[in-house]
Amino acid sequence: MINIQSLEFHYPGNGFSLAIEQFDVAQGEKVAVIGPSGSGKTTLLNLAAGIIKSERGSLAVANTKIEQLSDAQRRDFRINNIGFVFQDFELIEYLNVMDNIIHPYRITRSLQLTPSVRQRAIQLAEKIGISDKLNRYANDLSQGEKQRVAICRALLPGPKLVFADEATGNLDPRNKDRILDLLFDNVAEHGATLLAVTHDHELLPRFDRVVDFLEFHTPGPA
Amino acid sequence: MHALFLAWQYLVFNKIRSLTLVACVTLIAVLPLSLEVLLDESERQLLSRAQSTPLLLGARGSALDLVMNALYFDDEVPELISMLAVDELLAMDLAEPVPLYTRFNARGFPIVGTTLDYFDFRGLKLAQGRQMAVLGEIVLGASVAESLNLKPGDNLLSSPQTVFDLAGIYPLKMKVVGVLERSHTPDDLAVFADVKTTWVIEGLGHGHQDVSQVTDETLIMQRSENGVVASPKLFQYNEITADNIDSFHFHGDAGEYPLTAVIVIPDDTRSSTILRGRYLEEAGMHQVVLPEKVIDGLLQNIFRIKNVLDAVIVLVGSATLLALVLVFALSLRLRQRELHTIFKLGCSRATITYLLAAEILIIGLIAAGLCAALLSVVDGYSSDLVRTLFIN
Repeated sequence: MINIQSLEFHYPGNGFSLAIEQFDVAQGEKVAVIGPSGSGKTTLLNLAAGIIKSERGSLAVANTKIEQLSDAQRRDFRINNIGFVFQDFELIEYLNVMDNIIHPYRITRSLQLTPSVRQRAIQLAEKIGISDKLNRYANDLSQGEKQRVAICRALLPGPKLVFADEATGNLDPRNKDRILDLLFDNVAEHGATLLAVTHDHELLPRFDRVVDFLEFHTPGPA
Repeated sequence: MHALFLAWQYLVFNKIRSLTLVACVTLIAVLPLSLEVLLDESERQLLSRAQSTPLLLGARGSALDLVMNALYFDDEVPELISMLAVDELLAMDLAEPVPLYTRFNARGFPIVGTTLDYFDFRGLKLAQGRQMAVLGEIVLGASVAESLNLKPGDNLLSSPQTVFDLAGIYPLKMKVVGVLERSHTPDDLAVFADVKTTWVIEGLGHGHQDVSQVTDETLIMQRSENGVVASPKLFQYNEITADNIDSFHFHGDAGEYPLTAVIVIPDDTRSSTILRGRYLEEAGMHQVVLPEKVIDGLLQNIFRIKNVLDAVIVLVGSATLLALVLVFALSLRLRQRELHTIFKLGCSRATITYLLAAEILIIGLIAAGLCAALLSVVDGYSSDLVRTLFIN
């Protein structure tokens, strides 16, 4: 599902660079990526999602060479294939929970907001335990609740690939399991692939594979 | 549609910012437009009235004061002329004179002393009651009747000129006998009386107890074969009724009685030219003016002031627009994180532009709606506002 070869990227100005010789994730695989802060885990997800573009090397996701796509094509690819749970929720403060969950349908042409989508959003919210907060604004939610809304938003389109950046970082132990169950259920339901960045070593046994970021890439100055 | 929904949600969430923006845009638009509405109305009111008045005769001095008082019943009273001016005009046999004496008021509305010819000349028709027939009777303009809630049969007191001056002009209780149809002119705001009634208000004519019948000798200062001199204690009537009207009389030469102006209606263009020529002499006491020309001069001044105001509004408007651009620019900076989020979610730059354009559109539409509402209010009150701001 994901194939990376000789990938290089660096942020201009701040000295951070990322170099990955070889990294593969099979379809349906649930992979946890661990590593110290600042090692480039989030950058890897952003590259694979086409949010940022690599400078050298090959990055194929779902048999699509990401680096060969234009900005618009990368955007369409992301919308149609990837569900992204961001590290710091990135909810829209002026929208209520329901509108945050269906927000991608309002800002992209590839996704059509239909009554069935709304129904699915409600079911998803029930499943994840926030159905009683659909009319609340993002600022009125706890950190854990915000995280659950962000997960709902990512899962609603039924993506083939789910990228989770510290998806359970702000949750209590009971909710952590619940969220992971939901993520894993969704992955299983759609035959999707899960690539999750986490610091939580207690969760690692639940993944098919754990990749220690320091072992397969060479960080260093640009 | 989604762009409008999201823009609306953003604006509602940031109420104070949105209301401030709407208020700024509304003000920028409504100020010059209101001014335009008021100036158009003032031009219409002033010119139509002036154009329908062929010539005005009055005392030499400010032509503008003369026209404003005679046509719009302005508080500023011009130099007075006498009834002799009317006699002179009649003797020339070139025009029909309509005397005006507009010096007093009743509860804030001007009392216009004139003759019945005035109503024919202005095309004023009665809505209720009848025309004034005897001393002390008045006919009200539509707005006066409405705002004072008066109808035929009611009474109206003229206002005293000086409250603390015992020798001043005392109020006269006048009887309302008719109410005019609304004409949308200054006539709606006037109280019409016979010119002799206004002279009674001034004290030139009065009614009192018959001194020849008075038994209280303290009321008599002197009796002689030529007549009786009464003391100031003698009771004077402050209301003209059927019982006391016969006691009302005027002292002195009627030709000397005052007027503020005479509307001159020439028989034809030739008569008009001759008349104007006769009153050109600078040494003479009277002047004949063309109201349209005087008002045109006034409008030129108003439009000169308007040009200055327009320039100020353009400057203030530009500054406000720059401030609005700055507000939007700062708002965009504050929203960088949100915009980056929706970009990561798959939103194109074009959609982000639509979202921002939708916000501007909504603010513009609300401001336009408010502006239209305010303008309709200004338009509704423009007639009164013009009278208050430009005429009075």
